[in-house]
Amino acid sequence: MADLTVSQTPSASARKGDTTLGHIAYVLKDNPVTMLAFAMLAFFLGCAFFGPSLVPYDPLATNAARALEPPSWDHWFGTDNLGRDVFSRVIVATRLDLTISVAAVALSFVIGSILGGVAGYWGGWLDAVLNRFLDTIMAFPLFVLAMGVVAALGNTVENIIYATAIINIPFYARLVRAEVNIRRNAGFAQAAKLAGNSDLRVLAVHIFPNALPPMMVQVSLNLGWAILNAAGLSFIGLGVRPPTPEWGIMVAEGANFIVSGEWWLAVFPGLWLMLAVFTFNLLGDGLRDIVDPRKRT
Amino acid sequence: MLTIKDLSVAFKTRKGEVNAVRGISLDVGKGETLGIVGESGSGKSVTSYALMRILDAGGEIRSGKVTYGGIDLRAASERDMRDIRGREISMIFQNPRAALNPIRRVGHQVEDVLLRHAQATRQDVKAKAVAALEAVKINDAAARYEAYPFELSGGMCQRIVIAIALACKPQLLVADEPTTGLDITTQKAVMDLVGDLASERGMGMILITHDLGLASQYCDRIAVMKDGLIVEEGVPDKLFTDPQHAYTRKLVDATPRLGASIRNLLPPEMRGPEPEHKVHTRPLLEVRDLVKTYPGKAGPVHAVKGVSFDIKAGQSLGLVGESGSGKSTTSEMVVRLQDPTSGNILFDGQDIATTPSAQFMRHAMRRDIQMVFQDATDSLNPRGTAASAIAEPLARIDRIRSTKLAARVSELADLVGLPQPLLSRFPHQLSGGQKARVGIARAIALEPKLLILDEPTAALDVSIQAIVLNLLVDLRAKMGMSYLFVSHDLNVVRLLCDEVLVMKQGEIVDRGPTATVMDNPSHPYTRALIEAAPQPPEPVAARTRKDHDHDKRHGPDARSCARCL
Amino acid sequence: MNARSKMILGRVAQAIPVIMGVVVISFLLTRALPGDPAAYFAGPAADEASIAEIREALGLDKPLFQQFFYYIADLARGDLGTSLTTGQAVMSDLAARLPASLELTLVALLLSCAIAIPLGVLAATRPGTWVDHLCRVLVTAGVSMPTFFTGIVLIYVFYYLAGIAPSPLGRLDFIYLSPPHVTGFYLIDAALAGDPETWLGALKQLILPATTLALFTLAPIARMTRAAMLSALSSDFIRTARAAGLGSRKVLYGYAFRNALLPVVTTLGMVFSFTLGANVLVEKVFAWPGIGSYAVEALVVSDYAAVQGFVLAMALLFVVLNLIIDIAYALIDPRIGLK
Repeated sequence: MADLTVSQTPSASARKGDTTLGHIAYVLKDNPVTMLAFAMLAFFLGCAFFGPSLVPYDPLATNAARALEPPSWDHWFGTDNLGRDVFSRVIVATRLDLTISVAAVALSFVIGSILGGVAGYWGGWLDAVLNRFLDTIMAFPLFVLAMGVVAALGNTVENIIYATAIINIPFYARLVRAEVNIRRNAGFAQAAKLAGNSDLRVLAVHIFPNALPPMMVQVSLNLGWAILNAAGLSFIGLGVRPPTPEWGIMVAEGANFIVSGEWWLAVFPGLWLMLAVFTFNLLGDGLRDIVDPRKRT
Repeated sequence: MLTIKDLSVAFKTRKGEVNAVRGISLDVGKGETLGIVGESGSGKSVTSYALMRILDAGGEIRSGKVTYGGIDLRAASERDMRDIRGREISMIFQNPRAALNPIRRVGHQVEDVLLRHAQATRQDVKAKAVAALEAVKINDAAARYEAYPFELSGGMCQRIVIAIALACKPQLLVADEPTTGLDITTQKAVMDLVGDLASERGMGMILITHDLGLASQYCDRIAVMKDGLIVEEGVPDKLFTDPQHAYTRKLVDATPRLGASIRNLLPPEMRGPEPEHKVHTRPLLEVRDLVKTYPGKAGPVHAVKGVSFDIKAGQSLGLVGESGSGKSTTSEMVVRLQDPTSGNILFDGQDIATTPSAQFMRHAMRRDIQMVFQDATDSLNPRGTAASAIAEPLARIDRIRSTKLAARVSELADLVGLPQPLLSRFPHQLSGGQKARVGIARAIALEPKLLILDEPTAALDVSIQAIVLNLLVDLRAKMGMSYLFVSHDLNVVRLLCDEVLVMKQGEIVDRGPTATVMDNPSHPYTRALIEAAPQPPEPVAARTRKDHDHDKRHGPDARSCARCL
Repeated sequence: MNARSKMILGRVAQAIPVIMGVVVISFLLTRALPGDPAAYFAGPAADEASIAEIREALGLDKPLFQQFFYYIADLARGDLGTSLTTGQAVMSDLAARLPASLELTLVALLLSCAIAIPLGVLAATRPGTWVDHLCRVLVTAGVSMPTFFTGIVLIYVFYYLAGIAPSPLGRLDFIYLSPPHVTGFYLIDAALAGDPETWLGALKQLILPATTLALFTLAPIARMTRAAMLSALSSDFIRTARAAGLGSRKVLYGYAFRNALLPVVTTLGMVFSFTLGANVLVEKVFAWPGIGSYAVEALVVSDYAAVQGFVLAMALLFVVLNLIIDIAYALIDPRIGLK
């Protein structure tokens, strides 16, 4: 039996590692940028968990005597117009910004998956209705819709999360819909039906897990985008209010001092924000390489 | 005309280097047709890409020499190679639709080549392009000139690809699986066209194919490749009658042909007696006036137009047809994955078409009708192990759990010849033949009375196909199942089925006992199908000639010769 | 051709339910205000009487269904209410400021395409090399930069430090007069008026905000170009073209690039969405007198009629842009509408 001659490989688990973990290792080795992204993610998570207890100053404490000082050993990122330590404020803000984006992305992931899965699997009028609904959401420039939603619902952190979730739902719904749709008549889905699975079970247990890898890429890219979105809303005065430390607000406050040369007020929170978004974007890119079957040999 | 000497090609992959071609030598004379035959991974296509120097990224010619008409193709500059490609040596590919630029009119694609090789001027290029289309027997070439590939059938696209390849009248044509994926009658039309054009123009040809039968019909000489090496080379008759290498012999045996039994497909040492299967007179399945109509953009599509047939208990029925004949739709309705528009499906006398397919998983007869899918890879969940695939029907329908389940799964693995250690593997860690076994094990797990086999070997190499077909024969005898065997390959159906239905455009055009239908086809369509299928030379000839040789050596009375007994 | 014009008409017809959806959502946004919408619309300084007046004017005392028809009727008359800040009709405010936003957006997109598409092709023809990695890091950095932050940094560097950029206040320095109004696009109007100095002045003002926006949109375009080129280059028809001896230029541009352009055109819709959103932030940073900064100013003083008018106007603009993209796609791709 010629096709069985390769069956001598001793343990199946060793082979699994060879293909999955081995593939990840291969991609990471091939792509030092992705490795860097993982390290940066760990750093930001550390800031979010431990930052508030580690920072040298109270992020809200003002000190009129030391206002607008440039970066120094005492104040690594300088002080703002009220004498607050910019470094402490930037670090403490990590938790809030990450919370907003993670909560928003989680919401849109769940809602988008359900909508997209149902529409992709059953099709028909459900699909048509969902598509019209998504088209309508997508018909707004997304940041503008978020502005409108927060303006209408009120200026709170929760509403920023809802607004960000709403504008992200179409991405997940469309992705899941497409992934489910190409698999709904796949042999393994049909075989699962013959094995006595109901449609719902075929969708949830057999088809949906196969859509997860591209979803994870989307999650990573969206996390970065959600941070940008929340910071942008704060920048124009929606959502988080001063004196709460938040990157967007800090850039907005610092912007007034840029033209007089006090660059550190805006630049450090801006850089931090950028680094966070950069991390998620690189991560999404790297995950895409890991997931992309074309890179698999 | 073309000489390949000690050619080696290697690919860089993450697992290190793969030597796809390991020092082969070939030559093609003027006007000669050379066949390169091998199963997947044999390096036959890589050889042709290497000689054209169009290897994919990562591929590299390691050593050897390729000369064409005195030119060293390995040493030639890229600019010279571009002049040679299309004008001296041309190539045609499998999957013709994808081989054409989707957003460019086919006539313009022919013109691109003519202009590139200065075979036409701006003024006369259109006339010459139309002439090139006419040369490949495209009717109404002037109108086809304006078409986009998506507006043409697969066979028509392949003609366009051939027109592009032959537009500049090359001396050598490399055809890489030119008919794979085309229907059998289209395959014959395309191959006849290429063969005629080659002999008309005195053009040399290299035909690369997995189908030994096809190669034997169209080639002057055949080289058999395996693992990057040429194991044997010779004229087709010689290869079939007197294969020297064990691999060639295996390949010859595994190629289904007239007069062979299903056990003959296997290498001699694996052949056992063919088990009998018992056909009862009681009908198991009665299909009556089955109709399936889809709503289409341009009016309703009548996929199946009222077919009726029976399968008796223990009987194997072949369902033959080309793409679009409705054979797959029919089988999916029988297995209750699709709902018929009208008609009855009586199983053991009970109409199962009344239960909608969405609810059929709770039907008591779900366990009795199972299916083996066409593409074994596609039919296994990429995120589940082989064991979980086999266990699924047992857990969902039989509701057996844990140790009992594991025991039954390993029992089934034994039954289909799947080694136990492979059970914990994921589909991408299994070979094609192993995946086919997993698919079969899952389908027979509930001991169904009727098994629908939808082209179960279409994606497999012939040697694996031989093993899988024999496994199916053994299982049929052991378990007394009835088969509905859907296939486009008449030679395979002939080996396996008691009766056969021939479908065309949603209707059954011919039916009867397999031998009757195949040997004395009454319907013109059946005759066309049988004629279009390549018929490899009969190994019977080998026996006669051996006898003949024997006679010469020992005289007519050979009883004294121990070796011959 | 007939089939294609039918398809285009069909596509226009498809936009109608979307526009209706947009109108419904923007109506709901106006009525979803927590508390008393009338109080919001009247502004923080309003007294009881004026709130009651607004309530009646908006029809807020009527059932929701009826309110919707009033809203539609107002829309049909082009009435989006009156802005509290400017005292003008929101409609005329938006109309006056729209050209400024459009000019900025379009210039930024042109700039972005001019850089991103060659960059994507470059990366795709050299996958896995340092050029590819560098392109990827650069465009990822671009999309990771919050536009409001990029703008501030550019102002700091080119205006405060280098002193080569004009002060970031609006479309034209006060030493120039606005060109006579024809299209509302200063670059076009100045050129029409034959006034090179004003043209140059307008261009100088435009460079920094347009660069800010372009940096942000580089990534999606460059990435899509790269991916589409890679997939086009690995398709079978490229192999056919190579085997037929076509030159590398013809293969790369005549065959691969044209096919790759199709998904890139599709991405432009998404890019427009990004750009129009980012526009709001950039306009605020550069005090650009477009509809974005108008909306931000209105937000600060809770001028809701202006904000809702802005949201609706942006959505309608975006629907039209998407329509244009789809029609352009149908004109490039022969497969659309003929299947």
